[in-house]
Amino acid sequence: MSIERTPVRFYQVGSFAVGNRLVEVERRSAQSDPGRANSLTSGHRACAGCGEALGARYALDAAMRASHHQLVAVNATGCLEVFSTPYPETSWRLPWLHSLFGNAAAVATGVAAGLRATGRGHVRVVAQGGDGGTADIGLGPLSGMFERNDDVLYICYDNEAYMNTGVQRSGTTPGAARTATTESVGEHPGNRFGQGKDLPRIAMAHEIPYVATATVADLFDLESKVERAMEIHGARYLHILVPCPLGWGSVSSDTVRLARLAHQTGLFPVFEARYGEVTSITPIRRPEPVESYLRLQKRFAHLFNREGEVADRATVALIQSHASHNITRYGLLGDSDD
Amino acid sequence: MLYQLEGSQAVARAVALCRPDVVCAYPISPQTHIIEALGALVKSDQLDAEFINADSEFSALSVSIGASAVGARAYTATASQGLLFMMEAVYNAAGLGLPIVMTLANRAIGAPINIWNDHSDAMSVRDSGWVQLFAETNQEAVDLHFLAFALAEELSVPVMVCVDGFILTHSIERVDLPEPEVVDALLPPFLPRQSLDPNDPVSIGAMVGPEAFTEVRYLAQVRLHQALDVIPRLGERHRSLLGRHAAQLIDGYELDDADVVVIAMGSVLGTIKDVVDDMRAEGHRIGALSITCFRPFPAAAVREALSRATRLVVVEKAFSIGYGGILSTDISLALRGLSTPIHEVIAGLGGRPVWADSLRGVFSDALAGTLVETTFLDLDRSLVDAELARMAATRRSGPPAENVLRDLADVGRSA
Repeated sequence: MSIERTPVRFYQVGSFAVGNRLVEVERRSAQSDPGRANSLTSGHRACAGCGEALGARYALDAAMRASHHQLVAVNATGCLEVFSTPYPETSWRLPWLHSLFGNAAAVATGVAAGLRATGRGHVRVVAQGGDGGTADIGLGPLSGMFERNDDVLYICYDNEAYMNTGVQRSGTTPGAARTATTESVGEHPGNRFGQGKDLPRIAMAHEIPYVATATVADLFDLESKVERAMEIHGARYLHILVPCPLGWGSVSSDTVRLARLAHQTGLFPVFEARYGEVTSITPIRRPEPVESYLRLQKRFAHLFNREGEVADRATVALIQSHASHNITRYGLLGDSDD
Repeated sequence: MLYQLEGSQAVARAVALCRPDVVCAYPISPQTHIIEALGALVKSDQLDAEFINADSEFSALSVSIGASAVGARAYTATASQGLLFMMEAVYNAAGLGLPIVMTLANRAIGAPINIWNDHSDAMSVRDSGWVQLFAETNQEAVDLHFLAFALAEELSVPVMVCVDGFILTHSIERVDLPEPEVVDALLPPFLPRQSLDPNDPVSIGAMVGPEAFTEVRYLAQVRLHQALDVIPRLGERHRSLLGRHAAQLIDGYELDDADVVVIAMGSVLGTIKDVVDDMRAEGHRIGALSITCFRPFPAAAVREALSRATRLVVVEKAFSIGYGGILSTDISLALRGLSTPIHEVIAGLGGRPVWADSLRGVFSDALAGTLVETTFLDLDRSLVDAELARMAATRRSGPPAENVLRDLADVGRSA
């Protein structure tokens, strides 16, 4: 049984949002295409305002378009897997395989090898996982996939904690953030500041053909990065920041705003790299202090007083110094070379 | 065609004859020679397959899972710690019903680290949903791989071929390798029951809650049990095409009038049969039963084969710490309602040689009715007693493995 592709019906009118139907056809997003795949279709069980659901649909629809719908997706255990396939339903309109938490990259390697060995090398492979499945439990297989330069696009949806199991700290949880295992109590509330686990840079260290970061705030940028990744064969890595209203303690309607602020503050640098070298950055047009990003999230509430003023100046200054370091390192205030 | 081959080389060539699409593995003794040989066959274009050097056993089986899920014939091999490291994927492959074939070069599990043969690794995954077949000789190891792929793909279940590490994998024996056409006749092209296909998309690996998990598990049990019918059928076909004795669920030896029957798995049957021959020559009514298919356990066949025995001796190369023999527990369940005494003999742990003389002593005791319930074959009682005494005397008695080694070297035994 093949999936019936009915054109998507758009309801909003005169908007520059998802539709982008006010710009010329060739510049419109894959999301605004009535023939879009709807790879992750409606009816799934994600929370309202889920950044991961948004990111996954954007990314996979773009990958589907780029591969002419000849795509297989492999999924790590996590929110995306759980909310998309509650028995006996599935939201996936493409061939989709979930095996385990830490093995998505290796399973995808196997899918690609199996397709090649059986004469279907034109079918492309995407692996996807959250930050836990990518940065922590799945890092070994991911590194192996990179090192062998297997023909897989791996997409990490980073919401900076183990949201599926109830918001526990992961290797990408930022310092000071409250999680269920780094409570906002004691002398240093929230997550302790470590060295961080910068996955895009870990990927770049493998000198793979393509590494990029993106957020759900910039649909065109995200889609174009997926398309560029799909033009290349070999190991590719896309790291998408996906705010999580549940885990971050943010308002559902702030998901895109938070993703944008993460970029504008410098906390989440948006860039592309080829063979280990940064080749483009998305400049910060309207720089914002980190407070404006932190203030919207209950996971950082202990840094502010009841009036919303900064209470823990030292910690906010430390977070600002991390943002400033990113701005300097990637030249985020300079001109884009896009 | 007849060859003088190392077991690993023979297994590798047998696997190559099965035309796997994807071979992926991570090196671990004593499996290494198998994957080295397969790697060489692929590199020299003698085998048209994707050969992937994995970053761990967990990845090796995960790659196999991905390959199998798109309808490719997938093969891997491991041993011991490697099997434990891929444990999560072992259960996953079975749960997904993917017909992967894996060679397990049986080896002990640490600590203490030990690279030599026993069956602890295989026993640790006996409940995972894989078919587990044990080879007695290198020829059987070869033939079981043909059977394994055919069985796996017919039932859509993963199959593990257990080959005793070093004893079989590293010993050179005469092996008959069939011509490719014969193997092609034994093993039809892989027609997957489920496959990821962009033109017919399905979701595989969805979450199943309490509403259906029992039913899914029940189906897994039914499917695995079907192997008990399929293996004899495939065995018959193999017998006719290969022109030699081919694998069965179990294999009896001198059972017809045997009072005492010795039950075991794998290469130790060779020594057991020698002892049986010697004792038969002296007029003792003793026989042996080889369990080739350990999972699913062929309980009915075992019960029938053992129905007239008056005493059973189970020789096993593993045991459940805290209880005892594992195979003997399965045998006793298969004989429910019968009162045949069952003795367990734990032997060959961590590569300890299983001497014919030691077995003969045990079997003689069994015939005389003086064998105890549990025997640790050739246990050095004085070493054990010394360590037990040390532990009783001193709280901080130190690491037991190192203490025992020191005692064995007779250094400080008097201290």
